[in-house]
Amino acid sequence: MSDWTPIWLSLSLAGITTVLLLIVGTPLAWWLSQSRSRARPLIEAVTALPLVLPPTVLGFYLLILFSPTAWIGSFWLELTGTTLTFSFVGLVVASVIYSLPFMVQPLASAFEAHGRIHMEAAASLRASPLDAFLRVAVPLSARGFVTASVLTFTHTLGEFGVVLMVGGNIPGETRVVSIAIYEHVETLNYADAHLLSAGLLVFAFTVLVIVYTMNRQNPVRVR
Amino acid sequence: MCADRLKLNIALQLGDFSLVMDEELSTPGVTAVFGPSGSGKSSLLRAIAGFEKPHVGHMALGEETWFDSQGGIDMPAYRRPVGYLFQDARLFSHLDVAGNLLFAERRSRSAGQGVHMQELVQIFDLEALLARHVEKLSGGERQRVALARTLLTRPRLLLLDEPLSALDRDRKADILPYLDRTQERFHLPTLYISHDIDEVAHIADHVMVLIDGRVQMRGSVVDVFDKLDVALVEERYEQGVLLEGQVHAQDARRKLTQISVGGDILTMPLVAELTLGSSVRLRVRSRDVALATKRPEAISIRNVLAGRLIGLREQAGSGQFEARVRLRSVEIRSRLTQVAVEDLQLEPNMDVFVLIKSVGLVPM
Repeated sequence: MSDWTPIWLSLSLAGITTVLLLIVGTPLAWWLSQSRSRARPLIEAVTALPLVLPPTVLGFYLLILFSPTAWIGSFWLELTGTTLTFSFVGLVVASVIYSLPFMVQPLASAFEAHGRIHMEAAASLRASPLDAFLRVAVPLSARGFVTASVLTFTHTLGEFGVVLMVGGNIPGETRVVSIAIYEHVETLNYADAHLLSAGLLVFAFTVLVIVYTMNRQNPVRVR
Repeated sequence: MCADRLKLNIALQLGDFSLVMDEELSTPGVTAVFGPSGSGKSSLLRAIAGFEKPHVGHMALGEETWFDSQGGIDMPAYRRPVGYLFQDARLFSHLDVAGNLLFAERRSRSAGQGVHMQELVQIFDLEALLARHVEKLSGGERQRVALARTLLTRPRLLLLDEPLSALDRDRKADILPYLDRTQERFHLPTLYISHDIDEVAHIADHVMVLIDGRVQMRGSVVDVFDKLDVALVEERYEQGVLLEGQVHAQDARRKLTQISVGGDILTMPLVAELTLGSSVRLRVRSRDVALATKRPEAISIRNVLAGRLIGLREQAGSGQFEARVRLRSVEIRSRLTQVAVEDLQLEPNMDVFVLIKSVGLVPM
């Protein structure tokens, strides 16, 4: 197989999505783990929606939102001169939404395990809330961050339905590995389909084994 | 370090439970907060530290207002100069012992003033533990590290939330001297939660008895234990009195220590490390005290003292009586069965003799 662009595209998409979700998901997970607000179940449900919705449903709505006739799509078009649909940027936005629960849920449970009691201890040692969060809650939840990042990365790598709906199949732009496999199968090019599929399978399996081994050797400490 | 007045005029609502308090703690030294579980001891400390918000009230240390519902003041926990020792130590497991101490040292407003980390490491014997991971510490070591850590914040008020309750009896005895050293070195006004009478008797100068979120009694340790219906907070068999006395004689030959308590002499097995004339506290359990109407002869019990029966009270539904006997200047309590009360025809104002089977020395 000569064409490496789908692989490169998938890795970039997964990497960028993971970084963005770390930025967006951390405060959200923290809020969910600490909040006593009545809005919390609502936000929790919204966060978990991508887990249960068919990717096509998500893709369908995103397609409508991204289209130049909708306000998000037209805003983006005015801002950059390109459309969000059938573009790499559109895929990134879709992935961030699609993979949100894979970042937020492990983080929130890690924060819950260490959160309140250690934040109180830190406060009693004169650490401001931000200081306590950065120097106590985050390091104590290190394993939660690793798990959340790995799950987000691998899950984004395996994304298909949303990509197909929002991004289509544009080589070098939206043609990620899963789409490439689909096209190879459609065109009866089983050799390349095997190569990419086996590659993804081995990669995902290896990463998960590493994560679970790490968790077993060094379980997240809960006290 | 000077002792400030802690003004507590708060009402705190937590679910069905309410804590209402209007007290002023002006005394330096240790005030034990004593009471059955669920009486609001922890909630009180948490409110003082700023972890729980009273729904109404006023709280101030000296001139500094920490909470005032009318003025809309609620100083965040991290700004209150409070040292909090948690029941479960709450050391940070991503840091070693030195890291935990440095965490506090670096954030202290008055770093470099007063106490130095070096000194605390010495006081609490932490030198050998500094590089140790906190997961590898024993329960007692954890509390020592946690105590040193909280003192490094240079608090003006120390809150100890049952720091010994997670430890077994031997470990407790290991930690108590460190708490004493803390008092000797820092003289910090301290609130100490406990439901262990011996612990309170050892460490506290004052006691505040909290029941159902209300202050039931406040005063010096000896006074409070004298008045307290201990059954409220403790198993019946542990009831008794706390006495203060001085070491009267040390008889190494006969292996006896004599303690003078308000003019009466109590004898107990030799406690060699006591020095003559030093103050001690004794605990005499009601179940270890018997009464006689005539001075008994030919008896193995060494402590036989004359006194006057000043009170006799049936303990609800138990068929047991509690007798209060006035000795020369202190009062002692005895637990009797109904049959004994009838046979001896006990009545208030009778002259009686108390027979004390054993005297417990409360370690100071």
